[in-house]
Amino acid sequence: MENLLFSKSHEWVKIEGNKAKIGLSDYAQHELGDIVYVNLPSVGDKVTIGESFTDVESVKAVSEVYSPVSGTITAVNEELESQPELINNAPYDAWIIVVEVSEKDELLTKEEYDKFCK
Amino acid sequence: MSKYTPHTKEDLEVMLKAVGAVSLDELYKDAPKELMVEELKLNEGMSQMAVEKAFQKITAQNKVYDTILRGCGAYDHYIPAPVSALIGRSEFLTAYTPYQPEISQGILQSIFEYQTLMCELSGMDVSNASVYDVGTAVGESIIMCCERKNKVIVAGAVNPQTVAVAKTYCKAGNTQIVEIQPKNGIVDIEALKAAIDTDTACVIAQSPNFFGLIEDMGVLAQISHEKGAKFVYIFNPIAATVLKTPKECGADIAVAEGQPLGMPLSYGGAYLGILTCDEKMIRRMPGRVVGQTVDKNGKTAYVLTLQAREQHIRREKALSSICSNQALCALTAVIYLSLVGKEGMRQVADACVSKAHYLAQQLSAVKGIKIKYQGEFFNEFTVETDKYNKDATKALDKAGILGGLKINDTDSIWCVTEKADKATLDGVVSIFKEVK
Amino acid sequence: MLIFEKSVKGRASIQLDKLDVPHYELKAQKRNAQARLPEISEQDAVRHYTELSRKAHGVDNGFYPLGSCTMKYNPRVNEVIAADKAFANIHPLQEEETVKGCTQVMDELSDYLCAITGMDAFTLQPAAGAHGEFTGIMLIKAYHMSRNDTLRTKIIVPDSAHGTNPASAHMCDFDIVSVPSNAQGGVDIEELKKVVGPDTAGLMLTNPNTLGLFDKNILKITEIVHKAGGLCYYDGANLNAIMGVVRPGDMGFDCMHLNIHKTFSTPHGGGGPGAGPVGCKKSLASFLPTPVFGKLPQGYDPKKSIGKVKTFYGNFSVLVKGLAYIKTLGKEGIKDAAQKAVLNANYLLSLVKKDYDLAYDRICMHEFVLSLQKLKDETGVSAMDVAKAMLDYGMHPPTMYFPLIVHEALMLEPTETESRETLIKAAQVLNTIKQQAVADSASLHDSPKTTIIGRVDEVRAARQPVLKYDFSK
Repeated sequence: MENLLFSKSHEWVKIEGNKAKIGLSDYAQHELGDIVYVNLPSVGDKVTIGESFTDVESVKAVSEVYSPVSGTITAVNEELESQPELINNAPYDAWIIVVEVSEKDELLTKEEYDKFCK
Repeated sequence: MSKYTPHTKEDLEVMLKAVGAVSLDELYKDAPKELMVEELKLNEGMSQMAVEKAFQKITAQNKVYDTILRGCGAYDHYIPAPVSALIGRSEFLTAYTPYQPEISQGILQSIFEYQTLMCELSGMDVSNASVYDVGTAVGESIIMCCERKNKVIVAGAVNPQTVAVAKTYCKAGNTQIVEIQPKNGIVDIEALKAAIDTDTACVIAQSPNFFGLIEDMGVLAQISHEKGAKFVYIFNPIAATVLKTPKECGADIAVAEGQPLGMPLSYGGAYLGILTCDEKMIRRMPGRVVGQTVDKNGKTAYVLTLQAREQHIRREKALSSICSNQALCALTAVIYLSLVGKEGMRQVADACVSKAHYLAQQLSAVKGIKIKYQGEFFNEFTVETDKYNKDATKALDKAGILGGLKINDTDSIWCVTEKADKATLDGVVSIFKEVK
Repeated sequence: MLIFEKSVKGRASIQLDKLDVPHYELKAQKRNAQARLPEISEQDAVRHYTELSRKAHGVDNGFYPLGSCTMKYNPRVNEVIAADKAFANIHPLQEEETVKGCTQVMDELSDYLCAITGMDAFTLQPAAGAHGEFTGIMLIKAYHMSRNDTLRTKIIVPDSAHGTNPASAHMCDFDIVSVPSNAQGGVDIEELKKVVGPDTAGLMLTNPNTLGLFDKNILKITEIVHKAGGLCYYDGANLNAIMGVVRPGDMGFDCMHLNIHKTFSTPHGGGGPGAGPVGCKKSLASFLPTPVFGKLPQGYDPKKSIGKVKTFYGNFSVLVKGLAYIKTLGKEGIKDAAQKAVLNANYLLSLVKKDYDLAYDRICMHEFVLSLQKLKDETGVSAMDVAKAMLDYGMHPPTMYFPLIVHEALMLEPTETESRETLIKAAQVLNTIKQQAVADSASLHDSPKTTIIGRVDEVRAARQPVLKYDFSK
């Protein structure tokens, strides 16, 4: 938890070396409600700062998920395909993608993000 | 004139007063004055009785045939009497899309049964709640397949009505469409192999095809998949009870015109677009879908589901704008299949095949007539003749028979269903024998 | 219980006559296993579907103020006329001289629709409103292409629009530009001026809009788009408010669809079939799908057609019913229907506005939108709760959560065929629910209580989709 950084579009990022693990914040999952589907991208796809790399569906809404970093996707969490509820149950364990980072956005600390959400 | 507005003079006074207007016209004060219509160029209103009479004059100009030996996308099958009685029930007829599951379980369940039955016919994993007709089903299939590629191939003798609609959908999406002309009535395999490439999103073929011939769809699916293209199978729902299923042939999407399942010919509509596909394509499937779930007390319930694919949520990111289905036509198909049933459908298919082959054999014995293609057919076949001229048409017409559809000077496509009896078919043969 | 669960192996229903020709055994490959079709007696099948009908709710069952859907009475005389064997048994590929009655229907209907809308030609092919939008946007695309004006890649859509508008435009490969609404619920003129330009292909607009309001600036709006070189598409979903009073063609629209199943009284059938004819001005007529019926405008050239959008000629049986309706009402009746629809909506509005907040407090057209945001903030009772509570009173709820720009929206469209007593009763029901929301909000979260099932688990339906019967059970 302590190592997590956040974007203003409500994604969390965990930086490990040149890799970044990305997921949806607790605030985001709560706003979306029960997530019923995650439209996973493919390994090898390029992502760009501020651009959508996937969308998640609740029963009556669909929301884009924006990348806080630029780079290439090296892993996707395939568990989410059959268990999208993992994002609701444990948002900080339920990573969506891992990216080999070429560039990253300015990100918020946990405290800054909590303040931002208020 | 007849009106359906219940307002009495007193109602009008009370209601206008309540809304603070002196006249009905005042309610339109937001509309610019110059737009107000003086008088519509329409007829005076009529009583219901007068309207019925007016329509009798109109229908008198139509010719109703006792026997219809023409298909080509619209088929004259027997419709059991309970079908129209049941679909005419107010609760089905006058309901909207079942948005409120608590009071719409009847319609939702009928769609769930429909989806099950369509999967049974095609063998595919999933079905939506239907689209407008087979043409638009193919159009929507093209959109489903064009995810990263932008070229589609229509292989062989697909019904020209369907191809025409497919072309419009391709034009809309700036998708290239290539038609492979048939050879000996069926798909020209070598031409298909030459045309297909790794940019091809899908191959579309029909069996039984426009000429009535049964194609080797398994081979076409294999050729498609070798190049990474999807295979779209256009099937006939009556023939599907007998022939190798689209799923068994390797189809990714299977679509059909559902009209033969209990819908009258009605000059081409309203019909039913059957759309079924492989489970992997479910998120790209357009239109309404009904799913089974439970209510808050754990009771089995049905509900519109997977709605986040659709236009009202996804707006311009939706793959299709379709938001209705042909619910009453889907219900018709379900009731038809339930009434005719497993054994009845076997009989219907058997009668179609046997009677069509009987007529084909009898006609081919007439001098100057031959069956154009050698391939196996279901209940439609192409006749080549030097005799099918105006006299034959006239004689058939006089006998109350709508003969095959002429597609050029010599060829015509004939269709026989369970409704035609032997005596009538023999009559057709005699007419061709007599016409010199 | 599903029909499959009532099926008994070996039981048969409808039987055919014994085959009177030799049996022919197909040589083609057969399916591995027979389709698991129902095996049930005729009586049990009839009972099954009669039972299902009792678990459905139509206009004939009760008040159905579903906004944007125009759930008016569906006259039975139209059903009788359309079921005539001399329509129902006509093959679409019969020779021309044998279908003069059918083509007369198409001709007359096309001409009448031109008269009602101010358009010059119609295609009757589109099967529904969304299908009509697709067709209309294709006309706009074809028009610009015919002028080699290839830079026009954008369609402007107000933020209050039906979702079908942007989706249909996207199907035709256009980019979507959203334009916000102003404080009166109309198109924000200044914002519109900012977004139009040489890349504008057209604008899609509903008027009255989805808030049930007539846009006072309508002539200005179409002029702005035309001056920029774009065309204007009229979404006819709300035509019921204005038919016989004002015409889209006079407002400056170049093409449009209308919904025979809304405005012209044909039943919705639980979701279809409908019909969504598309009309256009002379300048676009040649692009219409072929064949076109009715009087053709001068210079009409079918060679320029966008092609077919549906097999054969459209949902003919629905079109017959629409024509029967127009003939019955005639010129006075059409206008009367629109005016009474507007009167009924305003009357209902006047009755409910003491209990509920209006999204825009103005004279409405055929429908109006409530915002229950304040009620929700104060009591926790949502638009959904109120809608579900209405089910306990035998009323179909209004459209919920649309348009998207209104929070906690309920959109009510009573239609002209409802009596004053029905409207008063509806208002009383809404009043009772309001009082309940204030007094005992918790009980409303549980509504409905009298229906055969309670609220359903939609999350489960979407997470683990079960879309067909499992025969292995």
